[in-house]
Amino acid sequence: MALDKQAETAKRQFKVVGTRPNRPDGIDKVTGRARFGADAVAPGMLTGRVLRSPHAHARIVKIDASRAAALSGVKAVVTRADFPEPPAHVADVLDNCMAGAKALYDGHAVAAVAAVSPAVARRALKLIEVEYEVLAHVTDVDEAMQPGAPVLHEGRTDETVPEGFSGNVISRCEFGHGDIEAGLAKADRVVERSFRTAATHQGYIEPHACLAQMGPDGQADLWCCTQGHYMVRNTCAAILGMEVGQLRVTASEIGGGFGGKTTVFLEPVALMLSKKAGRPVKMVMSREEVLRASGPTASTSIDVRIGMTKDGRITAGDAVLRYQGGAYPGSPVGMGSMSAFAPYDLENVRTVGFDVVSNRPKQAAYRAPGAPMAAFAVESVIDELAKSLGLDPLDVRIRNAAVEGTKSSYGPTYPAIGAKATFEAAKAHPHWSAPLGENQGRGVACGFWFNFGGDTCVTLNVNLDGTVSVSEGNPDIGGSRASMSMMAAEELGIPYEQVRTIIADTGSLGQNEVTDGSRVTFAVGLATIEAARQAIRVMCARAAKIWGIDEDAVVWEDGAAKPAGPNAGQFPPMSLAEIAAVASNTGGPIAGHCEVNAEGAGVSFATHIVDTEVDPETGAVKILRYTVIQDAGKAVHPDYVEGQFQGGAVQGIGWALNEEYIYGEDGRLQNPGFLDYRVPVASDLPMIDTVILEIPNPGHPYGVRGVGETSIVPPLAAVANAVSAAAGVRLTDLPMSPPKVQAAIQAARG
Amino acid sequence: MSQIHVTTKINGDETEFLCEPEDTLLDVLRDRLGLTGAKEGCGTGDCGACSVTVDDRLVCSCLMLGAEAEGREIATIEGMADGEVLHPLQRKFIEHAALQCGICTPGILVAAKSLLENNPDPSEEEARYWLAGNLCRCTGYDKIIRAVMDAAAEMRGEIANDPDDSLRRAS
Ligand code: FES
Ligand code: FES
Repeated sequence: MALDKQAETAKRQFKVVGTRPNRPDGIDKVTGRARFGADAVAPGMLTGRVLRSPHAHARIVKIDASRAAALSGVKAVVTRADFPEPPAHVADVLDNCMAGAKALYDGHAVAAVAAVSPAVARRALKLIEVEYEVLAHVTDVDEAMQPGAPVLHEGRTDETVPEGFSGNVISRCEFGHGDIEAGLAKADRVVERSFRTAATHQGYIEPHACLAQMGPDGQADLWCCTQGHYMVRNTCAAILGMEVGQLRVTASEIGGGFGGKTTVFLEPVALMLSKKAGRPVKMVMSREEVLRASGPTASTSIDVRIGMTKDGRITAGDAVLRYQGGAYPGSPVGMGSMSAFAPYDLENVRTVGFDVVSNRPKQAAYRAPGAPMAAFAVESVIDELAKSLGLDPLDVRIRNAAVEGTKSSYGPTYPAIGAKATFEAAKAHPHWSAPLGENQGRGVACGFWFNFGGDTCVTLNVNLDGTVSVSEGNPDIGGSRASMSMMAAEELGIPYEQVRTIIADTGSLGQNEVTDGSRVTFAVGLATIEAARQAIRVMCARAAKIWGIDEDAVVWEDGAAKPAGPNAGQFPPMSLAEIAAVASNTGGPIAGHCEVNAEGAGVSFATHIVDTEVDPETGAVKILRYTVIQDAGKAVHPDYVEGQFQGGAVQGIGWALNEEYIYGEDGRLQNPGFLDYRVPVASDLPMIDTVILEIPNPGHPYGVRGVGETSIVPPLAAVANAVSAAAGVRLTDLPMSPPKVQAAIQAARG
Repeated sequence: MSQIHVTTKINGDETEFLCEPEDTLLDVLRDRLGLTGAKEGCGTGDCGACSVTVDDRLVCSCLMLGAEAEGREIATIEGMADGEVLHPLQRKFIEHAALQCGICTPGILVAAKSLLENNPDPSEEEARYWLAGNLCRCTGYDKIIRAVMDAAAEMRGEIANDPDDSLRRAS
C-alpha cells in the first residue's frame, strides 16, 4: 500500500518523534508488577511437564504411560497418539513439539503429563516407559552432508540438490550475477578461506511459558510469552484441528525473544493436556529445556573467495554456505546467502547455500537469521585482503559500497540506502583513529539486514475525554508501545501522555505478523499513523458538521480542526478533546483503523568498530572499546534505538567469543545451563557507543527503518578482525574461546 | 509428606506460609505468596533474575529453601518503592531506558540497591562486577550501568533530581 504524501517525510519537523519520553510499561516493570509468561495463574490450574528423549536419534518403539496415568494426582497424559494427523504446513512443527516415529535430538519431547503439583508431575514422568531403538546420529554440519551419514528423514531432499550428498541436504540455493572466474582473473590478489561458526542460543532470560484452558465445547484460551500470538493461534488451531476463531490467545509481557519465540513448543501440548484434563494447565520450561529443546540458531561451515585489485576494488566475491538448522528443514541459509555480499556494489558475485538437517533441536530465528555468520566470513576476507594490500579497510568498503541504483548481490536494485554513510561515519569517528597499545587490535565490519513489513492491524479509539487508545497486535519486546503512542501523538498533534497503546488479544484485531524482521516500528507504526489519519478525517467531518461547512474546508493542525479556505478564521479551532466530547451528538464514537500488508520496509546497514586486547599466554580476549554506527531511517525513540544497537552488538560479542552449543560423542548437549553456556555479563564489557544515522526510508511516512536485527550482523566479523589484528593470526572458527586463540597464536609462532 | 510451617518477614510484613521441604524460596514467593516480581531465569544461581535480599544479604532465591526463611527478613522488588514513590534506582531505570523486555529488571534493581547500600559511590567497574551475576540479554548493560551510576549520584546528593532529565537528554 502507499500512504499519501510519503515524500514529505524528510523535511518534516517532528514534535514527539525523536524525543525520549518514559515508556508506558516502565513502572510495571520496575516494580515487579508486569505479568510475564510464567506469572499467570488460573483457578484449578494443573502443572504440565514434558518427558524428553535422552537420545540424539532413536526410533520410538513403544510408550507405556499407564503407570503414570494411574498415579494419584495425574489428570492427563499426552503422547503423539493424542494428536490428529496434522495439515502439511504444521506437520514438522507438531513433530517438533511431540515426537512421532522418531526422537530426532537430545531433548525432543516424547510425552507430557498434567498433574496437581509440580512434584506429582515430576514423579509421573519417571513412570512413563519409553522403549527406544537407538540409531546412529550426526550433529556436525559437514559430517551430516557426507554420503553415508545417518539420515534423519528419508525423501526430503528436493530437486535443487546435486548428486553426491547425504539425504540430510534438503535444498540448495544460489544468488548472484556476473562471471566469478573472469572477475577473479582481474584481481591483483585473491584470498580464499574457510570459516566455521558454532550454534548459539538467543538466550532470552524468560523461559517459554504458557497457561492453556480448553473447554468441552471446544473453546479455548491461551496465555503465553510469544513474539506473535496470532501465529500461536493459527499454528495451534491447525495442529489441534480447531477453528481459528475458537482459540483466543493473549500475549503476556515477553522476557526477550530475539527470534526464539516465533514458533510454538509447549502451547499445543498444554492445550491438549487441558482438553484431556478438563482443567487449566500451566507449563514452564526449565533453562535446561530451553537450551536442549527450543530453537537455537544454525551452526555453519562457509568457504569464501574474494578477488581485489591493488587499489581496493573487489573484482569478484564467491561463497559457499552450509547451515545445519537442526532436525527439520528450514535453516536460514537462504538469508545468509542473500545477505553475504549485500553491502557491496559488485560486478561478479555468487553465493551458494545448502540447507542441512542434523540431530539437533530445530533452529528458530535468531536476530537477522543467517546473516551474522555470512557476514563473519565475507567481512573477514575483505579485512584480510585490505590489510595484505596495505589499504584502510574502511576505504576499501567505501570504494565498493552499494549505493542507490546498485543491483544488489541478491537481486533487487537498491533505493536510497545507508551503507556508504555508515562507512564514512565510521571513518570520521574518533574511535577509528584512536591509539592502540601492545597486544591490542582494532576491527571493523559491516552488516546488512532486509527488514520486513507484513500483515498488520491497528485500531485507534478517540475517547470521550480526548485521550486516545491504540490497540495493536504485536507483543512489545523492547519499548514499542512507547513508539506507537509517540507516532499516534505526532500525527494527532496531542501530547504523548494522552495516548495509551495496548497489545490486543487475537479476538480483538485481524491478523498480525509476528514481532520479527524488525518490522514493528516500521509496519505497526505505519498502520498507527494511517489509523490516526483516518480518525482525523472523521474529526474534521464532525467539525464541519458542527460548523455547517463543507468537510473539505476543514484542516487538522496542532491537534485541532480549523476552518480553511473561504471559511478560514470564521470559527475558533475545535480541539480533539472538544470534538470527542460531543461525538455522541455528531454521529457517534470516533475511531480510526488500518489493516494493511505493509510493504516498503527499507533495508538497513551498520558498521561496527571494536578494540580488543588479547592475552597471548591464555588466549583470553577483552573488549576495550566498541562503537556502533547504524542507519535507523528515523529514530522514533532514540533511547530504544540505541538499546537495540547495543543489545545486538553484545549478543554478537557473545557469539564471537564465548557462546557455543557443545555436543558430546553421544549426541547430547554438554552445556545446557547459563554456567557453561556463557552469555556476556556486565563485567565483560565497556560502554557501547552508538551513532544513529537517519537516511529516511521512502516506504514509511516518517522515514522509519527497522533497527532491531542489523546490529547483530557486524560484530562476529568486527571482533574476529580485531582479535586477528591483536593476535597476529587470522581467526576463522567461532567462538574465539581462549584455548582456540591460544592455539592459533602458538601455531603461528611455530 | 508433611509441609513445613515458616514465620518470616517479607518487605516488612509478618508472613506465615506452609511449604514443601524441597520448595525454594523463589517457589514460595512466586507460587505460594503471589510475589511474582522475582523471576526464574535458570533455577541454578546463574542469572540473578530471582535476586532478593535476606537479612540485607543479596541472594539468589532459587538457591535457598523456603524453609530457610524462618526468622529472617526478606526484601523483594515488590517492597522497593515506597507506596507511590519509586526508589531512585527504579526511576532512573525508566528514565535511562535501562530495560527493554524487563524480565531481568527486578533482579537487577534488587542487586543494584544492595550494591549502593554497601558502596554508595561505586566506580563503573565496581558496578559492573557487582552486577556480573545478573544477566541481561537485551540491553548490553550500557544503559543499566548508566542508570545505576546516575541513581547513586542522586542518592549521594550530587545531582538535584531533575524532572526534565529526559527532555534535556533529547535535545
Ligand atoms: S533463577 Fe535464580 S539465578 Fe537464575
Ligand atoms: S531487559 Fe531483557 S533481559 Fe534485560
